[in-house]
Amino acid sequence: MDFLSFLAFDDTGWGDEMLAGMFITLLVSVSAMAIGLVFSVFGTMAKLSHSVIIRSFGNTYTTVIRGIPELLVIYLFFFGFNNALMAAAKSLFDYHEYFEFPVFLTAAIAVGLVSGAYSTEVIRGSFLAVPKGQVEAAKSVGMSKFQIFHRVLIPQVLRYALPGLGNVWQLTLKDTALISVMAIAEIMRTAQIAAGNTKEPFVFYIFAALLYLTLTTVSSKALNSAESWANKGVRRA
Amino acid sequence: MSSYYQMCEGLPGRESWLNFNLMCEKLPDLLKGVPLTIELVSISLLAGLFLALGIAMMRLSDNRLLNGFSRGYVFYFRGSPLLVQVFLLYYGLGQFEFVQQSFLWPFLREAYWCGILALTLNTGAYTAEIIRGGLQSVPYGQIESARAMGMSGLLLYRRIIFPIAFRQALPAYGNEMILMVKGTSLVSIITLMEITGIAKQIIAKYWTPVEIFLIAGLLYLVLNFLVTQLVKYLEIKFTPYLQHPK
Repeated sequence: MDFLSFLAFDDTGWGDEMLAGMFITLLVSVSAMAIGLVFSVFGTMAKLSHSVIIRSFGNTYTTVIRGIPELLVIYLFFFGFNNALMAAAKSLFDYHEYFEFPVFLTAAIAVGLVSGAYSTEVIRGSFLAVPKGQVEAAKSVGMSKFQIFHRVLIPQVLRYALPGLGNVWQLTLKDTALISVMAIAEIMRTAQIAAGNTKEPFVFYIFAALLYLTLTTVSSKALNSAESWANKGVRRA
Repeated sequence: MSSYYQMCEGLPGRESWLNFNLMCEKLPDLLKGVPLTIELVSISLLAGLFLALGIAMMRLSDNRLLNGFSRGYVFYFRGSPLLVQVFLLYYGLGQFEFVQQSFLWPFLREAYWCGILALTLNTGAYTAEIIRGGLQSVPYGQIESARAMGMSGLLLYRRIIFPIAFRQALPAYGNEMILMVKGTSLVSIITLMEITGIAKQIIAKYWTPVEIFLIAGLLYLVLNFLVTQLVKYLEIKFTPYLQHPK
């Protein structure tokens, strides 16, 4: 049996479906990473806040989400998110109709919530890595809070955060395999369907692994060059 | 035990925003999954540690074949999702006639052993990198002076390199332990009845996903809290000179 025929790019083979799955995986990962960055901005602000209550919100978010399995978060969103939204619509807008929130977005939000908890820690660490003296110096030359933020903090925070955010990206990419339980046709789900149809699980799961390895390798190369671009003005010993 | 369920009766039930009555009632059922989760974590962490030692040694050796193998091993297991690795072992291997004929089949057809094998191989790759980082962090001057004192081979490793590397690697290994506790939830997909598996079973019966998954998440949080406390204790014990003064 020629196993390559299973991966052909036509109606009999699964090559085109698997590549489409790879595209979906990439799409979910990018959306989840973006959603996660939004979460992490709020998470960082909360964790660095002066108020004890807001700080404890931030701490609870990162501790709980990083402490429970990603699969559990995804199940919780898959089974509970739509009902929660409907209940919210009922009590807030007095909207009683049934609706279905797009499952793709549910998946992206679920993975994004996890990714955001890790990004929060990365960005918080980078904020703390900026020497205090620089902020004090900026204050003493009369910069406003906003100026300090976008002239002094942001350029350095981004540079410090890049390696950590790269790790979070790799993590997010692999976490998207779990949304196959939501029946979204990404790499893993497509491989499951193909394996069930052809009775060739080994071929398809190896192929799925290769697709993930391609994604992680390409992104680690891209992240390396992004890092050297971000650090091009930095003096090195 | 019956008094426990009587106590649960007193909690708000379906009329409340969360069915606390059911959460309380199903807690003992979910607790039955905890021993299996702990078993999976401890067996695979222990086996993975030995595997990782071998992989890390290979990675640091000058032999190009061994070096290349360990690079490829780490690349594969860190670059692909754990779920793919679990499926590949549980569903993938079974399709081959020679695997089914081999003496390993009684093990490989069991979800339990496939789960442990996948978790072990996965943590082996991550831990190998942690160990490599620890070994490489040992200052060269320390090794040089140990050599000057006449230590070599195993003695050098046992007295100088391992103790320093262990202290360096401990925090990172703590993170890996937490990742493993969370990783065990994936084997519920291949039918194992650990915490997540039991949670799914209860949900299929009562259709109260939020309540049950919250309880399951709480159990994982408790487990991970215990892990972090253990690592903290070990850090204080082995690196007292690095601790902040109280």
